[in-house]
Amino acid sequence: MYDIKALYEADSVQDAVRLRLEHPEAQIIAGGSDVLVQMREGKRAGKELISIYMIDALRGVTIDGEENIRIGSLTSFSHITKDPIIRKYINVLGEAVDMVGGPQIRNIGTIGGNTCNGVTSADSASTLHAWEAIVELTGQSGTRRVPIKDFYLSAGKVDIRPDEIQTAILIPKESYENTYGYYFKYAMRNAMDIATTGCSVNCRLSPDKGTFERVRIAYGVAGPVPMRAPRAETAATGQPVSRATVERFALTVLEDIHPRDSWRASKALRQHIAVELADRCLTEAVKRCGGEIDG
Amino acid sequence: MAKQFKEVHFNLNGRDVTTVVDVRASLTDMLRGDFRMTSVKKGCEVGECGACTVLIDGEAFNSCIYLAVWAEGKQILTLEGLMGPNGELSDIQKAFIDETAVQCGFCTPGFILTATEILNAGVEYTDDELRKLLSGHLCRCTGYENIFRAVKKTMYQRLGKPWPEG
Ligand SMILES: Cc1cc2nc3c(=O)[nH]c(=O)nc-3n(C[C@H](O)[C@H](O)[C@H](O)COP(=O)(O)OP(=O)(O)OC[C@H]3O[C@@H](n4cnc5c(N)ncnc54)[C@H](O)[C@@H]3O)c2cc1C
Ligand code: FES
Ligand code: FES
Repeated sequence: MYDIKALYEADSVQDAVRLRLEHPEAQIIAGGSDVLVQMREGKRAGKELISIYMIDALRGVTIDGEENIRIGSLTSFSHITKDPIIRKYINVLGEAVDMVGGPQIRNIGTIGGNTCNGVTSADSASTLHAWEAIVELTGQSGTRRVPIKDFYLSAGKVDIRPDEIQTAILIPKESYENTYGYYFKYAMRNAMDIATTGCSVNCRLSPDKGTFERVRIAYGVAGPVPMRAPRAETAATGQPVSRATVERFALTVLEDIHPRDSWRASKALRQHIAVELADRCLTEAVKRCGGEIDG
Repeated sequence: MAKQFKEVHFNLNGRDVTTVVDVRASLTDMLRGDFRMTSVKKGCEVGECGACTVLIDGEAFNSCIYLAVWAEGKQILTLEGLMGPNGELSDIQKAFIDETAVQCGFCTPGFILTATEILNAGVEYTDDELRKLLSGHLCRCTGYENIFRAVKKTMYQRLGKPWPEG
């Protein structure tokens, strides 16, 4: 038995919005792989819950009328990884969420929960930042869209208003067109472990594959919320596709991120990993674009 | 506060069932308490060990972090449901015995259900892929090698291919 004070089950988005307004103290539960564990640990014990898990309309991946990739917030990690649209346009997201926990966690965990928990180590977060995802929220007056970087307010805190639930994550066409990426999860174990650092890089090359038209990079666990490394991106954009550019890009990362010492890893180790991951991820992303790096 | 109950309808091991559950129950609580499916083990109860694994609509879930009320309308398979009409064991269960993949047996039902999902995919996985697919389970006895061999052997049997290791 869980220590749940009361359970309200929503069977549609409208129903969830109504329950949010009726029960301002209640917390949302999607797959529950964070909520139920925290309840067992006592952190969320005795709370009221609004379950949105049975709202099937929030599951699945589609291309919408504006050519955005639309990922319903309740889509599980394993369904994202298997999805043909994800494989074709943003395969790296499917790969990133395939590194979450173990298989059973990937069947229950949702992308909505992975972003609404506001956790910097969340395996989808750095890729969604690097691809400039848009978060769709639905409340009593309809939907609103928030760029993912503004959605994260501070560690564990995201921009969801009292009447809202997150209903989708969108990847705009401008973001995914001709773009390929790579995610590296640096963790102590191969499975069932949280990232020490996560790094997601993607790039778009010129038609002759000689120049970086656009390079984007984001880290998880480099700060309290997932973050981009804008100076590093600028250092590579417009530059020739070469080992020298990749190395300069990777070193410039240290101007953007300022890791600290902690019991998990020292500052020096974290800096070393950040640079190494940036280098490896960009090198892989170039290969996936059909480009080559000399030397 | 007043107790809150709900009627839940689902299919358990091929049979349509209905029960009334306390909304605070986990799926493990309901399967063990209301249906005596004692193959569903209570281990860590926080999603780490896989001892409570069941198949829901063909996919493996940790029933300890799944609300019982979410069973509504689902097809749920526990180890008990793998038994043939005359009590026969399934191929994967036999393989666990043949490969000595069972010692205390606490992790076994969960491993076998995850293996059932893996084998039902009908795919020839590499060793690395198989290890990753089995990584949501802890076993404190066997050291995993025999479990891995049992799954791999059954995979080749079902694909009608010779087992490379023999
Ligand atoms: C054993 C184990 C291993 C794990 N390993 C990893 C890992 O390697 N990497 C990783 O990133 N995570 C990991 N996790 C954490 C967890 O599985 C993920 O964060 C998952 O994405 C949470 O999704 P959920 O649907 O289960 O969320 P829930 O637990 O239901 O919710 C999480 C939070 O988001 C809110 N919420 C959820 N959906 C919505 C919505 N649509 N609108 C508004 N608010 C919402 C909830 O109120 C809650 O605060 C692990 C968890 C366990 C138990
Ligand atoms: S008892 Fe469910 S995962 Fe351990
Ligand atoms: S056989 Fe004892 S835990 Fe696996």
